Amino acid sequence: MRAAIVGVGEVPPQRSTEGRTTMSFLADAARRAVADAGIGKDRIDGLLVGPQVGETPQHVPATVAEYLGLQPRMANVVDLGGASGPGMVWRAAAAIAAGMAETVLCVLGNHREPVPPRSPNRNPIREFDVPFGASGANTAYALLKTRHMAEFGTSDRDFAELAALARANAQANPTAIWHGRPADVDGILASPWVAEPLHLAEIVMPVAGGDAVIVTSESVAAGLELPHAPVLLTGAGEMVTHRAMSQAPSLTTGPLRPSIKQALAQAGLGIDGVGLLSLYDCYTVMLAITLEDAGLCAPGRFADWMRDHDLTPGGDLPLNPNGGQLGIGQADLAGGLSHVVEAVHQLRGTADGRQARAARSALVTGNGATMSEAVALVLEAS
Amino acid sequence: MRIDPHDLSVPPPTPTAETLPFWQAARRGELLLQRCADCSRWVFYPRALCPHCWSDRLDWAPASARGTVRSFTVVHKPGHPAWAVAAPYTVAVIDLEEGPRMLSALVGIEPTEARVGLDVRARFVEVGEWALPFFEPAG
Repeated sequence: MRAAIVGVGEVPPQRSTEGRTTMSFLADAARRAVADAGIGKDRIDGLLVGPQVGETPQHVPATVAEYLGLQPRMANVVDLGGASGPGMVWRAAAAIAAGMAETVLCVLGNHREPVPPRSPNRNPIREFDVPFGASGANTAYALLKTRHMAEFGTSDRDFAELAALARANAQANPTAIWHGRPADVDGILASPWVAEPLHLAEIVMPVAGGDAVIVTSESVAAGLELPHAPVLLTGAGEMVTHRAMSQAPSLTTGPLRPSIKQALAQAGLGIDGVGLLSLYDCYTVMLAITLEDAGLCAPGRFADWMRDHDLTPGGDLPLNPNGGQLGIGQADLAGGLSHVVEAVHQLRGTADGRQARAARSALVTGNGATMSEAVALVLEAS
Repeated sequence: MRIDPHDLSVPPPTPTAETLPFWQAARRGELLLQRCADCSRWVFYPRALCPHCWSDRLDWAPASARGTVRSFTVVHKPGHPAWAVAAPYTVAVIDLEEGPRMLSALVGIEPTEARVGLDVRARFVEVGEWALPFFEPAG
């Protein structure tokens, strides 16, 4: 699995977006990525988009292509929740390797005015979870945290450390939704319960935004006069295990474990060879389980592991140096792509005031639904 | 607060032809699950094929309606507005004695008394047109 990421774009997160459409966010993100790559938009001949609840339920690729004035040779929807963005990157690489496209635009984004409607499910999760008062992701991830605490003896304070790190890292990122508003562990713990044992500050803030990534082959990238060195995709892994939290094979380990293992094997790296972590963090508990599933520490030991490392941008192993989604806010599905965009900035040295010390490789993860849709990528500096 | 589902006007189940026997049995106060005639494993939620061996020979059989709490959460801010009047209430994943897991809410127990590993049994409560299998301490 090899390809080159030659352009990235991110629309700064915002809480409300009066009068704007999802399409306008996709267009904004796409234009930023094309400008970043220094290419013309007509070079794009592949398009990967996400589902759009409410605005465009069907024919999403055609609708987006038309709006952007593109006529792609390959187009599809990637519907893996927060894993959609990383899932797009390897699918783009696979399509390029198969000769179905040369340069693929992966783009996700959303507005928040009005807040999008609920997903009109008529499926098992609607029939067997919602009637019992379990709507939405908060209850599902709270169930994960309870089980982790019961099985391993981890504490509320341990999880709060992860949120406090995100808030601290966000202070060097002026576009982060929590920029200017740091919080220490006590501040995280003082935030109200949403679904006990989850505090409000352990949950991402929903925002509007958009992210885009441009993927091409290494040979095409070599022939372009790029403003920034390309970042290479060298490994990928994916797994989907269930939909409803009650049907999860485990509440303490997830499909990211085999996905990360496969991605590292493809890249020929061990986890100790990774210099930067850009890990999906919709909730503190998801980040904790990901650290454990990556093999960075034994199951249940994430808090001890954290104390042994400096995870800030200047530290020995930077973790989400832009603040992650717990720091910048979650722009719905684009949140998953934000971890790719940040890793690209870090690896090619364009992370402005939050540049980590020279990392050559990054582990990127995406996670969807109820710790059930997983994608892991290894990215490397060229 | 202990939830009293009688007072709730919440989104009802949405039965299909595949799942209707489950909900009809619930109205009679019975937890009816599917069991595979080929691999003998129990199946929840109801479906048209066994997810373990892909047999379509699924029979309906009464279950013990007993299980243990695998995990739980005390919901303070519900995802659906209809549950707001009941908050804080306790949602749990139950390991059923027969093997499958299901999600439900705990009744007859204060949120502070919920524990991982708690033995529970189903208590059927009418909610609108249907009866829902909530769970209460088995003790």
